[in-house]
Amino acid sequence: MHPIVKLLVQRIALGLLLLLAVSAVIFLGVEALPGDTAQAILGQQATPEALANLREKLGLNEPALTRYFTWLGGVLTGDLGTALTNGADIATSIGQRLGNTLFLAGCAAAISVPLAILLGLVAARYAGRWPDKLISGITLTTISLPEFVAAYFVIYFLTQLIPIFQPVAMVFPGMGFWAKLHAVALPVIVLVLVVLAHMMRMTRAAILNVMQSAYVETAELKGLSPMTIIWRHAFPNAVAPVVSVVMLNLAYLVVGVVVVEVVFGYNALGQYLVDHVTKRDLPVVQAVGLIFAAVYIFLNMLADIIGILANPRLRHPK
Amino acid sequence: MTDASQRLDQLIDNVRRGRMTRREFVGRSTALGVSAGLAGALYGKVAGAQEAKKGGKISAGLAGGQSTDSLDPALAASEVPFQVNMTWGEMLVDVNPDGSLDHRIAEEISSSPDATEWKFKIRAGVEYHNGGTVTADDVVATLKRHTDEKAQSGALGIVQGIAEMKAEGDMVTLKLAAGNADLPYLMGDYHLIIQPGGGVDAPAAGNGAGPYKVTANEPGVRYTFTKHANYFDSSIGHADEVEFLVINDNTARTAALQSGQVHMINRVDPKIVELLKGVPGVTIKHVAGRGHYVFIMHVDKAPFDNNDVRMALKHAVNRQELVDKILGGLGSRGNDFPINAAYPLFDNSIEQREYDAAKAKEYYDKSGHDGSPIILRTAPGAFPGAVDAANLFAASANAAGIPLSVKLEPDDGYWSNVWNVEPFCASYWGGRPVQDQMYSTAYLSTADWNDTKFKNAKFDELLIAARGELDEAKRKGMYSEMAHILRDEGGLILPMFNDFVSGVSEKIQGWVDDPNGELMNGRAQVRCWLA
Repeated sequence: MHPIVKLLVQRIALGLLLLLAVSAVIFLGVEALPGDTAQAILGQQATPEALANLREKLGLNEPALTRYFTWLGGVLTGDLGTALTNGADIATSIGQRLGNTLFLAGCAAAISVPLAILLGLVAARYAGRWPDKLISGITLTTISLPEFVAAYFVIYFLTQLIPIFQPVAMVFPGMGFWAKLHAVALPVIVLVLVVLAHMMRMTRAAILNVMQSAYVETAELKGLSPMTIIWRHAFPNAVAPVVSVVMLNLAYLVVGVVVVEVVFGYNALGQYLVDHVTKRDLPVVQAVGLIFAAVYIFLNMLADIIGILANPRLRHPK
Repeated sequence: MTDASQRLDQLIDNVRRGRMTRREFVGRSTALGVSAGLAGALYGKVAGAQEAKKGGKISAGLAGGQSTDSLDPALAASEVPFQVNMTWGEMLVDVNPDGSLDHRIAEEISSSPDATEWKFKIRAGVEYHNGGTVTADDVVATLKRHTDEKAQSGALGIVQGIAEMKAEGDMVTLKLAAGNADLPYLMGDYHLIIQPGGGVDAPAAGNGAGPYKVTANEPGVRYTFTKHANYFDSSIGHADEVEFLVINDNTARTAALQSGQVHMINRVDPKIVELLKGVPGVTIKHVAGRGHYVFIMHVDKAPFDNNDVRMALKHAVNRQELVDKILGGLGSRGNDFPINAAYPLFDNSIEQREYDAAKAKEYYDKSGHDGSPIILRTAPGAFPGAVDAANLFAASANAAGIPLSVKLEPDDGYWSNVWNVEPFCASYWGGRPVQDQMYSTAYLSTADWNDTKFKNAKFDELLIAARGELDEAKRKGMYSEMAHILRDEGGLILPMFNDFVSGVSEKIQGWVDDPNGELMNGRAQVRCWLA
């Protein structure tokens, strides 16, 4: 077997194992919450009799281990159960919202990743001079703004002063692609502003680091233009750290944008999770928690694999 | 002269846009030299000239919705489900803005002299969205479903008192365990939407007899509706379509109104009302309602089991300051009982309690309290401005020598871990259409939601007696006596009644201030039309 295939198989197996461990941790965490699900559902109406009935109905009298494996079995067969609060099928609800989450994250990533890398290259090329200072200054300013402040700024400028976008970014099934794109424009702008700096700075730092090496000096002595040196010789060797930061930011775009979702009324997973946490709707919390964990694990695994593929030393381990 | 006539034109324009009341118009036009009689006639002509326009889509941005919401009317407990249910559902009766009854599915209502037996005649030919007709059996089945504990209905307390329900032809007969003169009002409770077969099989189907059909139900996100073609009342339901967007963020909701994405929003933050008044195309409607913000003490737990401590605290809250600072002036002072002028049979002669540091100190000293801190628990979500309000209360109480201190609790779990558990905390009430219902819900000894643990035999006796009393003057006297008992002995500190503050686009016509609930008691989208 080719060492790379072997490595891929290893990494994926490791990822799945990690996910299994996370599922156990999520289940344990939910178990450890004070009060039980039946108590949480009934709230004020919790008479001992009603509690007993509901526990029976929800299967809460089974031992925790049995319940864990029942839940895990359901998850593996795509059955996430039904929400306790409104009886909706969790898989269906999540499906639509996960699509929205990925759409928003995808749009933001499609703009921010190339832009951040480009700006990072330019900043590295002119390190210490005004383009570098300008780029760093602006991106560090935007990352320093809390998301909701940035959101209110863009709402003010782009819906009130120059009314070209709408402040509420909800998307619905049946909306055309361009209509959806128009709807999410403002949250995408905010997310780009938030994630740009991190990736840009990492690109700049990684390239400047490589620029110290002897082979870059050789390239310079060969008379190559600075941009060619950076693009052809420095960047490929700086990919690994850049990719891991990009993946971290992508993961953030998927799982960490609940504040932006709330401000723009965007109907995605973060808001859904928060609503159900406040109502102690534990099956939903478990399901969404598992999805978020899977996203993190998958993206980190991807960063690892790309890093290995990009680095000959890691590709051919001794 | 031309100046005066120009200004008169402006006033007339304001009336046309629904921005001016009759009194304002007459006052200001007489100042321009127009006789009061003429001004009154002019107002009637201009205001009456508004004829409802049909068609279009009314869109509202609403706070108070979550992805956990359901269309089951029994479970409605927050603003968005309420507004949504009012759009697709129809009850036996509604309450008009002036407090009179609006007969909806019940065409006629009559009672026995002792108010123990009530007959509701069901209007013929009222159709559900899916085609069936509303029958007396459906009405009985609906009420029965709400009496079932498993339905978890918010109206359980209302329907529990009905001993016997019977449907005969188009007549529904309800026999009560004890007389209740207010029963028709109770049937206007927003949970009691009539559903086919009582909604037993599919409580959350959203199939009712209301003016609009549900076309999209995305909890916590949006709801859309189209006109129910066979709706029985052609005088309302003007727009072809209605849309609700759930926008819980204050700034986003306001921005959506300003940018024209929605026509109406609820819960405008009092802090920004002044700013919004300058925005073209937007009017702020604030309506005195029955909702109130409260601090509740458990009268059965120390130190609140001592009435002198309670009275000390009641005198230690600066009501006017709270109305000014927390409500931005959009509200009125409370008097430690949950009733105000928006209720029928309100006794306005009861003396208003004021901040009185000396009296508070006197009561406090008399109580013999050991001087350990009295802890008031609050959370941002207890009511808008609850944390600031608690701090202001503590400051005015400390000035009177009462060691009141505030403990901040998290929003998460506040209603299960603090409210009804801790002996002193901040809370709110939405109010009810009639005094009996408000008192029965929270102040009767046996009430489910007796969140002050107030138990007073004399009070209970008066409440029950008032239900069966058809002589209004006598009833008013009883309610007044109950108010006095609660005000002077109860565990309720009620510093303020909050107005409903909504933002409405000038495209919306036909707005009527309604004290019964937010956005014209949930009917703005049904009764208004687009200019």
